[in-house]
Amino acid sequence: MSQPSDPAAPPRFDPRAFFALRFPNHGSRLGVAHRDHGEDWSELELPWRADLVGQEETGVLASGPILALMDMASSVAVWLKVGKFLPHATLDLRIDYLRPGRTGQTVIGRCECYRLTRSIAFVRGQAHDGDPADPLAHVAGTFMAAEGYW
Amino acid sequence: MKLPPYAELLGLSVEPGADAPVLVMPFSGDVVGRPGFLHGGAIGGLLEMAAVGALLQALDAEGRAKVKPVNVTVDYMRGGREKETRAKGTVTRLGNRVANVSAVVWQDEEDRPIAAARMNFLIVR
Repeated sequence: MSQPSDPAAPPRFDPRAFFALRFPNHGSRLGVAHRDHGEDWSELELPWRADLVGQEETGVLASGPILALMDMASSVAVWLKVGKFLPHATLDLRIDYLRPGRTGQTVIGRCECYRLTRSIAFVRGQAHDGDPADPLAHVAGTFMAAEGYW
Repeated sequence: MKLPPYAELLGLSVEPGADAPVLVMPFSGDVVGRPGFLHGGAIGGLLEMAAVGALLQALDAEGRAKVKPVNVTVDYMRGGREKETRAKGTVTRLGNRVANVSAVVWQDEEDRPIAAARMNFLIVR
């Protein structure tokens, strides 16, 4: 016999549905989309676009959209680990730019929440543009939930 | 300061300054994160651009040096609200090959920043 579902339990956070909604915000303006996720990690993508370029001569993406991608992938990883969506704030985000992205290539950002306390979430991740073994950026960050993650 | 395509996406304009330009980002739906607040990525992108602006102005006397961002660390201090946002960089040290640059972003008062960044740049002369 199956257990009756608990009507009081909030639904699990579903990043696929979250990104399918396409809120009119900075993420959708950049074209960030869901790729994959697990229990404590998320993978988002940022397709190359001419209006995201930082150096017109080379066509290399600006670092800002990559920072935004990694901020979002980190945040989604935290919500997955917590099991639900809740408002939280980025405390700090550190990015090492390992190499420029390749013109025309989609950037893939994968982040995991490797430690969660009641008020702080710790994240880390990497971005690549096709080969995960050849990353273009590395990120480490912390988030804080004012009311606590649980 | 010539702005790249990404700066146009953020809607940036430049106010010249003696030490460094001030970048102004108008509020729009394009820079919103969760409803009512600026997106952390838009704030970070603005800070990076302000840091680059300060560094290019400092390098201007030296001709056509190119700068490559090595890393950025952003501290988010206050939620960004639905209003105009300004950012300015400061070159802390300008070496031959490396520059250390900081930047702050504020909305109402410059001495109450909503976020700040530190960046290291490689200078290619």
